[in-house]
Amino acid sequence: MVVDGAVFEAREINAWRGDRHILRDVSFSVRPGEFLKVTGPNGVGKTTLLRVICGLLPAETGELLWRGKSVRGRRDEFNFELGHLGHLNSLKGDLTARENLKFLAGLRTTLTAQTIDATLDRVGILSRGDLPARSLSAGQKRRLALARLLLADAALWILDEPVTNLDIAGIRLVEELIVDHVEHGGLAIAAAHQWLLDDAPCLRRLELEP
Amino acid sequence: MTAVRTPTLAAAKLVFQRDMTLAWRRWDEVAQPLMFYVVVTTMFPLATTPDLSALREIGGGVVWVAALLASLLALEALFRADVEDGTTEQWVLSGQPLGYLLLAKVAAHWVLTGLPLVIMSPIVGTGLGLPTSVWGVLMASLLLGTGTLSILGGIGAALTVGVRRGSVLLSLLVLPLAMPLLIFGSRAVSMQMDGDSPAGPLQLLAAIFFMALSLGPIAMSAAIRISVEN
Repeated sequence: MVVDGAVFEAREINAWRGDRHILRDVSFSVRPGEFLKVTGPNGVGKTTLLRVICGLLPAETGELLWRGKSVRGRRDEFNFELGHLGHLNSLKGDLTARENLKFLAGLRTTLTAQTIDATLDRVGILSRGDLPARSLSAGQKRRLALARLLLADAALWILDEPVTNLDIAGIRLVEELIVDHVEHGGLAIAAAHQWLLDDAPCLRRLELEP
Repeated sequence: MTAVRTPTLAAAKLVFQRDMTLAWRRWDEVAQPLMFYVVVTTMFPLATTPDLSALREIGGGVVWVAALLASLLALEALFRADVEDGTTEQWVLSGQPLGYLLLAKVAAHWVLTGLPLVIMSPIVGTGLGLPTSVWGVLMASLLLGTGTLSILGGIGAALTVGVRRGSVLLSLLVLPLAMPLLIFGSRAVSMQMDGDSPAGPLQLLAAIFFMALSLGPIAMSAAIRISVEN
């Protein structure tokens, strides 16, 4: 993970869902070591904003800058430095936890069995490594998706409600992972509840208003 | 830990391997098109005539139509599961060229559904009275034809993946494009049977295949990007 000068900036993003003008001139920037929490009521456009950042949704107007340059036309380079955890866990029920990581996280970085095991251990589901993902509980599936995010070794994390389905220990794990990530010079943007990492020094807020 | 970026070829191989692993665990779904192919071609002699010389006249055409419909049968679900569980989203964001990943997926699909049709075709053809002298041409034409159809179908499946009950739409999209394959494919078989050189239609099939192979990934990745926008 190389993060020197890795500043992410969004300038005057406007986006529509259908005929609703959801994001109006949203601008912000995130620096290494910062965790930006996007808050606001349901339906205000948190997910839309995160999907626009990832390029999964087109923005009507506005610009995204990564390391000071527009990401337009350099999506693949930008995507490689971006780790995304969406609403969906992107798991295959018929594959084991290990296979899920090998076949999906392996697309980004070359993995060894040891790295996969170490990451499964980090998220606390090492003992479930050879079970089909189908048989994991909802919280364990979320942990597996977190393992995928860790293996991506990305500088910029985009997390959409990362603590969904997680128990208290799981929520603490997510908080630890985020703090650890930004302390090592990473950046994180998350749509999350008010209380997630509420008093952490790395926290910055972006309140979306309807 | 410093991450080594996966080379594109290795990433495509992972997608291919993954689909093989998944198919191995769901082999009954994979076997469906092959069953359809064998059953349909077996029904023809029952419904028309057991006279081999009469069957021989239509044999090439029957094998081709059955192969076409059997390949189409398996196409609808091609991308559906991956789009619904969010896997394609991660592919789009993997930093790898999406077209290659999708092509690898289509290649796996072809190995699982198209290739068995090609391998079975001499047996099925014999049942319809096709002489051994046309086996080579029949298999070559089906090899090119099913390959093209997998790619064309991949484009159609990528476009219709967001549509509820997209199978009718998919057939309407893909079948007209598949007509040239049917015409050239069955023509190659009948020319060989009549003692003419089948090189002309086979070369046309090969030309269509390479066009699909080169332009298909671009079209598929564009269609998938639209599908994940929702």
